[in-house]
Order: sequence, then C-alpha cells, then structure tokens
Amino acid sequence: MSHSTSHDLAHGHEPGHDEHANHGTLRSYLTGFALAAILTIIPFWLVMGQVFANHWVTITIVLALAVVQIFVHIVYFLHLDARGEGGWNLLSFVFTVVLVVIVLGASIWVMYTENTLMMPMSPQYQHSADT
Amino acid sequence: MSATAVDTTGNLQSPFLCSEEPHAPNGSLLGFWIYLMSDCFIFASLFVCYAVLGTSTAGGPTAAEVLDLPGLAVNTALLLVSSVTFGFAMLEMARKRKTAMLAWLAVSGLLAAAFVTLEIHEFLGMIAEGAGPGRSAFLSSFFTLVGTHGLHVSVGILWLVVLMVQLGKFGITEANVRRLQCLSMFWHFLDLVWVGVFSFVYLAGVLR
Repeated sequence: MSHSTSHDLAHGHEPGHDEHANHGTLRSYLTGFALAAILTIIPFWLVMGQVFANHWVTITIVLALAVVQIFVHIVYFLHLDARGEGGWNLLSFVFTVVLVVIVLGASIWVMYTENTLMMPMSPQYQHSADT
Repeated sequence: MSATAVDTTGNLQSPFLCSEEPHAPNGSLLGFWIYLMSDCFIFASLFVCYAVLGTSTAGGPTAAEVLDLPGLAVNTALLLVSSVTFGFAMLEMARKRKTAMLAWLAVSGLLAAAFVTLEIHEFLGMIAEGAGPGRSAFLSSFFTLVGTHGLHVSVGILWLVVLMVQLGKFGITEANVRRLQCLSMFWHFLDLVWVGVFSFVYLAGVLR
C-alpha cells in the first residue's frame, strides 16, 4: 500500500486504479468542481433572487443541497471509499457522522424545545434583555 | 521505548527487539484523517452554538442586516477553485513534475490568501459598524465559527508555504509526498466545512 513508491510500477499495468485511490484523476476533480459549482449557485440564486415566498422552503432546500455538496466533496475531492486504509477511513468517518448527528440533532432539539417552554418575559424585563 | 533503552545502554542486540519499529504503510494518512474527524466535532459544536444563538441578537443587528452575500459568493468561489487547483497540484505530484506542482500549489495558496484577506476585511467592516463579537450572542457565535474556520485556512497557508520550501529544496521525496497528502486532505476538508458555513450561517442565517 505504499503508494508513493509503488506508484510508477502500479501505473504501468493497472492505470487509473492506484491514482484514484490516492490523488484522484483530472476527471474526478473536474466532475467534483462542476457539481460543487452547480450545488453552490442554486442556493445563492434561491436566497438572493428570493425565489420562494416561504423562507422555510428556501432554508430546507439550501440545507439539503449543502448536505449533497458535502458528499460531493467527500467523494470527488477527499476520495473517501471503502478501499482506502483498509476501510478504516470510511469506518471512522461513519462513526464521526453518527456522533455529529447525535450531538447536532439532540442539542438543537433540546435547546429549541427549551426556548419554546420558557416562561414568557414580562415587558419590563423584555426591554432590559433587549438592550 | 525499550528498544532505544537497550541500544543506548550497551548495544545489547536481542533478536526480540528491533531498533526501529516498522512503520505501518500510510499510518500518517489514517492518523491525519482521524485528526480531521476530531476537527469535525469542533466545528459541529460551533455550528450548534450558532444554531441555538443565531437569532439572539439582543436588539442589535440581525444576520440579514450585517451579512454580505455578494462578498460571500466571491469567498466561496475562491475557496472552491483553490480546492480544485490543489487537486491539480496533487496530479502533477503523481507525475513527478515539480515545477508544475509548485505552480499549482502557489495558485492554491494565493486563492486561500485572498479568501482570508476578504474575510478579515469583512470582519473589520462589521466591527467598525458596531457589529463586533461582543455585541450579541448571535455575533459571538458567528465570529467564533467563521473565525475558527478562517484560522484553520490561515494555518493551512502557513503549512503550505513551509511545505513548498521543503518541496523546492528536497524534491518529491516519499516523506514530502506523505506531507502533501495530509495537507491536501486538510485543504479539501476546510472547503467542505465552508459549505456548511455559507449554507447554514449565511444563506439560511439571513432568512431566519
């Protein structure tokens, strides 16, 4: 698996395979760039052009496109696949995603619920909290 | 550790001790990947802060009032192109073409430097308008998250400059290839985090 030394040897009989595992190919970078550019332009257009009247529709689409673009980056730029480092890269990534989703999701859930359950502030305190 | 102790005390050669442990192939790459995964947690917690505090403006400016979307578009483009040019540098490295590789690395570094410059300009402008990190919880969480990302990019540029000097001096050696592969992962990872920043902090932030 020592890519740097075996690279030239591997290049001869199995072109493409070794390159993909390490540094990607010109095509993978250009594909990634095109997809990322499209997935960036759409949310900017949605927000700056005020395409939808309902903000929450826009926010949902923007966040969904961000998730898609993150996966585009992982596949085409970071070249994460099940082969790299005997699968440990992928395994640690999946572990991280699971924990991040728990941390993010649960924290946001708890904090928003807490916000809505807060006692409404009386006007004089509302004023002092605002300033 | 015990191997070095034996070597220094009396050159005792034991068949069961090696003076140097064989390195696991690509161990640094996996280790660096795990570092990046731990960095994910730092950014995840800062994203949570922004999610919770993003609307707590304490009567101060809101996200829609202070965040500059055209400037954000330029910044996003700079970082994305810099990520791709770094990929081109990696391709040139694989072909052992040192000059072309250094040229692409320089382009990536300059694009990232432009990104950091614009970001600092944006931050200074916001602070001058009275929308500094001390103004409200929203602005504190904003400056912490975006500033942490900017700090990462700045450190990446520093690392890139040091590595370019090494590559220029020692060429494309095995150790330098390994270092460049780590920096490449770092570089692409920061672009990935920026996707979250521009989508969640800026685009969704101005609509909330």
